[in-house]
Amino acid sequence: MTNRRDFIKKSSIATISTFLGVDIIFANNLPSGMLPIILQEDDFYTKFAKNKDMVILNDRPWNAEAQAHILDDEVTPASNMFVRNNGLIPKNIDINSWTLIIEGESAKISKTYTLSDLKKFPKHTYRLTLECGGNGRNEFDPPAKGNQWTIGAVSCAEWTGLRLKDLLADVGLKDDAVYIGYYGADTHLSGNPKKDPISRGLPLSKATMDETLIAYEMNGEDIPIAHGYPLRLVAGGWPASTSGKWINKLVVRNQVHDGAKMGGQSYRVPCETVEPGTKVQDDQMCIIESMPVKSLITYPKSGATISIDQKLDIRGHAWAGESEIKAVHYSVDFGATWKECNLKPSHNRLAWQRWSAKVSFPKNGYYEVWARATDENGEMQPVVIPGWNPKGYLNNACHRIAVKVG
Amino acid sequence: MSNNNFQTLFLRLFRLVGSLVILVVILFVGTVYYTIDPSFSSINEVIQDDPIPSLIVDQNLIENGVHVQTGLKEGKGLMLVVQNCTSCHSAKMITQNRATKEGWQSMIKWMQQTQGLWKLGANEDKIIDYLATQYAPQKKGRRQRLTNIEWYDLK
Repeated sequence: MTNRRDFIKKSSIATISTFLGVDIIFANNLPSGMLPIILQEDDFYTKFAKNKDMVILNDRPWNAEAQAHILDDEVTPASNMFVRNNGLIPKNIDINSWTLIIEGESAKISKTYTLSDLKKFPKHTYRLTLECGGNGRNEFDPPAKGNQWTIGAVSCAEWTGLRLKDLLADVGLKDDAVYIGYYGADTHLSGNPKKDPISRGLPLSKATMDETLIAYEMNGEDIPIAHGYPLRLVAGGWPASTSGKWINKLVVRNQVHDGAKMGGQSYRVPCETVEPGTKVQDDQMCIIESMPVKSLITYPKSGATISIDQKLDIRGHAWAGESEIKAVHYSVDFGATWKECNLKPSHNRLAWQRWSAKVSFPKNGYYEVWARATDENGEMQPVVIPGWNPKGYLNNACHRIAVKVG
Repeated sequence: MSNNNFQTLFLRLFRLVGSLVILVVILFVGTVYYTIDPSFSSINEVIQDDPIPSLIVDQNLIENGVHVQTGLKEGKGLMLVVQNCTSCHSAKMITQNRATKEGWQSMIKWMQQTQGLWKLGANEDKIIDYLATQYAPQKKGRRQRLTNIEWYDLK
């Protein structure tokens, strides 16, 4: 399946076309832009077993998001889960020789675990909401650089593994330990082996939470390769970049971890709110921790046309980082009035909550259904785009779908 | 009679040359493959990331104002961008973003400081001009209207 692609990758198009003259010979015979069949079968969707309604934002590194209507499941299947990679997926993973090293200046000892060692620890399963810090970036004005996520960089899968705190207890922490950093086996886009694509982490308070896992299963199976096989740190409710994939090393730090994409403008927002377009110095930026209150309408798909005598069932999910959702409301009159939805408790802490409602429309016309979640602290989703920040993080504006009646 | 002989001879020659050509092509492709991937590692690998470079697309082919190989818009400086910007990351990184000159410049600076991008020298201004012209920011306001709605009947 992949040998052709690898062959092409390791050569350069220039080399091949110069030697073989293929661009001249074949290009004229094929419709423009068309890939030969032998390359098509090897695409993102087949390779990672993804739903055809996933939208690819980037193909080196792979970044793809779901659309709202394919996130309707209470537990997100692997096929519909967004992919956010910073580097290249590791190759030739051998689970028999895979190890996780725990070290760092604030670890009492340095210790290496095999996968079977890790599976001897007590096993825990949680449904955990993971959302990319940049989900919704495409709506910011002025625009923010990076992958232009719309609404689909969020998932709530069922993760199984050991608690990070059990592992940390096994190694022992020095009194000055404050932060955990992760390293993965993914490789930097430039090919430089000395560069890490990403190495972020968690403060000790989050690292030692019950739900913070070193996971080796997702939805009851091996973690799919695009999502961190064979080992992933999973920190529900925090920017998904803190949930390191393909991890092979954790470091216990006596300072805030300073790995790749911990500093500068990455995954950080201005400590004080700024006017849109402001250039913010690095030392004025603060690390994103718990994600904000948010919701999605996962049914129906935007664009539904119904008749006036039909009542419309709507449903979706709501989540709020480490907080619980207290209420979800919907509006069909552009925010003039709001009605409360049914809301279920979460399956476990840090899992998204299901909401639903039955909507009737007063007369024929074009409508938008807006959903707005409120968390236990009274924090509510804004209808317009929230505070601008240089990298376009934390857009939790209300999700909207279009409906026509008549 | 002699015409017939000539035909037979020609056919034989044609088959011989044909077979030779096929043999040479197979050997050549094999040699090129071996040169590029001597360990044949690709055969054993399960997954990898990479763009989808098309073997058949002419690198310079432009259709409807779009560079077919990368999806970048046609414009002054295009090939400099293709050469300097798409060897590490996908061109989609460019086509999905919008920024002013200053914005593109800061991305280049960030890539040079942290991601291993080389010095662009005199090409830097040309690259930034291309990016800021072809991929300039558009005003979005505080919330845009819903677009690309695909209407369908819901029973």
